[in-house]
Amino acid sequence: MQRTFPLILVFIFGILGIIPFIVPHPSVQHTDEFLRNDLLRILAAFALVLGLGSLLRVHFDKIQHHRENWQYSWVLLITFFLTSIIGLFGGVAGTGPLPTKIGNFHFDIQTIYLNVEVPLGATMFALLSFFMASAAYRSFRARSTEATLLLLSAFIVMIGILPLGNQISPKLPSFAQWIMDVPNVAGKRGIAFGIALGSLATALKILLGIERSWLGGGE
Amino acid sequence: MFLILLFTLSPPAQVRAYDAPDDGGGVLIIEWQLSPDDAIIDGYEIYRSENGADFEKIGFIGKSRNSIDDQTEDGKKYYYKIAALKDTLRAFSEISSPATSAPQWIDRNKINIIIALIILGGIILYFISQARKGKELYIRKISGLQAVDEAVGRATEMGKPILYCPGIGYIEQIATIASLNILGEVAKKTAQYNTKLINPHYDPIVYTVAREIVKESYTKVGRPDAFDPENIYFVTDSQFAYAAALDGIMLRERPATNFLIGTFYAESLILAETGASTGAIQISGTDSLAQLPFLVTACDYTLIGEELYAASAYISREPLLMGAIKGEDWGKLIIAGLLICASIIGLLTKFPVLALFK
Repeated sequence: MQRTFPLILVFIFGILGIIPFIVPHPSVQHTDEFLRNDLLRILAAFALVLGLGSLLRVHFDKIQHHRENWQYSWVLLITFFLTSIIGLFGGVAGTGPLPTKIGNFHFDIQTIYLNVEVPLGATMFALLSFFMASAAYRSFRARSTEATLLLLSAFIVMIGILPLGNQISPKLPSFAQWIMDVPNVAGKRGIAFGIALGSLATALKILLGIERSWLGGGE
Repeated sequence: MFLILLFTLSPPAQVRAYDAPDDGGGVLIIEWQLSPDDAIIDGYEIYRSENGADFEKIGFIGKSRNSIDDQTEDGKKYYYKIAALKDTLRAFSEISSPATSAPQWIDRNKINIIIALIILGGIILYFISQARKGKELYIRKISGLQAVDEAVGRATEMGKPILYCPGIGYIEQIATIASLNILGEVAKKTAQYNTKLINPHYDPIVYTVAREIVKESYTKVGRPDAFDPENIYFVTDSQFAYAAALDGIMLRERPATNFLIGTFYAESLILAETGASTGAIQISGTDSLAQLPFLVTACDYTLIGEELYAASAYISREPLLMGAIKGEDWGKLIIAGLLICASIIGLLTKFPVLALFK
């Protein structure tokens, strides 16, 4: 029963997920919206509590046992509790009972998000360009036939989209576009077919209870 | 001359309103024949009435033969008339017959998809039933999955942990489910070898499911004592904060093996390149087409697209799961066959002599 009940639930909710794709009737669509938006959000809220519990446990444990870089755990815990208090009692835009400004200095959640989280995220995203350069350096070395083809086609595409490409030959930009539109799309479509069929097979296996790894395996 | 033209502005004709097919209701389609003066008019005004007498303007459209009214109440009768408009002059059409919008139970546009799903699903189920009967099924080698044992073994020899990143997908995404299936199999191996498995998460729901999967896997191989719940934890649901956290783990803990399997977006290369710089063996897998080139470039092995879905079957060698993979392969064969046939037909239409399919 411990295994059968989750399998029955998965089957029922899986079918309920397929039906709205075929049936446009509002009664079905509204049920689907309720399941996806309301029910899933409630589940996510419970899971978030578990998730945050896990996060705090890990960092308390780090501090307790003085594991490597345990000092940074203090940073996490202090900022976690500070932002939680500001968010819970100060409101998103500082409209709550807790005052979130000292003179012209605002520290409501919206301000913290826009001035701390967004720049930090942008910094990480900016690192991507350096990682791209290092990855390109490693991959664009003609070590095999495939790597040579990759190097050549990448070179043609890069030169082709530059004004310099047009100066070398007016046909070069069209050829670069052809590489992008034909061989590149052909490859992508092949993978996309595989993904679609794989998704179908995986969904079937899960719905029919053949794939039970998500239950931790076993009979 | 211009004045004469204005005073003889002709209205559109044969106004017809009908329910929009294959929808959830609340929409009527209105069609009409263009005004003979269509070339000189500004456009058409649409008027609606619920009793056939009191009309109100509900919209204006340029030179067109049809329009939609998506503000209708199902089951209610509506009458329409169309006015050809030139500056301030209007020429009204006859009133349409009453029309009623209604929701449909079946979207006929998706019947072809349903048929394809039934056929492909049937093939997959057939091979699953063959596998159930004990028929031997050959599955091609997938190097990325053959390397799993070697990767876990290497981490054990080096006395270093294994990092398993399930990506930043949600639980309802197939790639995330496939990743969790692989995690279960990898956890069995780490339990057998007594290797530390680090599994940080982006989504709290995925985290709770993963923790249970790993716990169950350790129990299944008879090592429940080796399971450490502290190694499976939630980090953050912020994309780049998660990437930064994983980079930190890679640089501090120096895992011997990194599994990057699941749904990835822009953070894929940040993770894969950092992992490569630490000298770890990296096995990746995703169905995110845009991220595949990055992972192929930066990782030792990459499970491309459906190889990711096949992974848990491949590792566990479960006959029923293998049957599904066989079914997928036949599905691909059918699609490839159809594409080749369609291409040949398309090519034949290029020759006037062989205009068989025009």
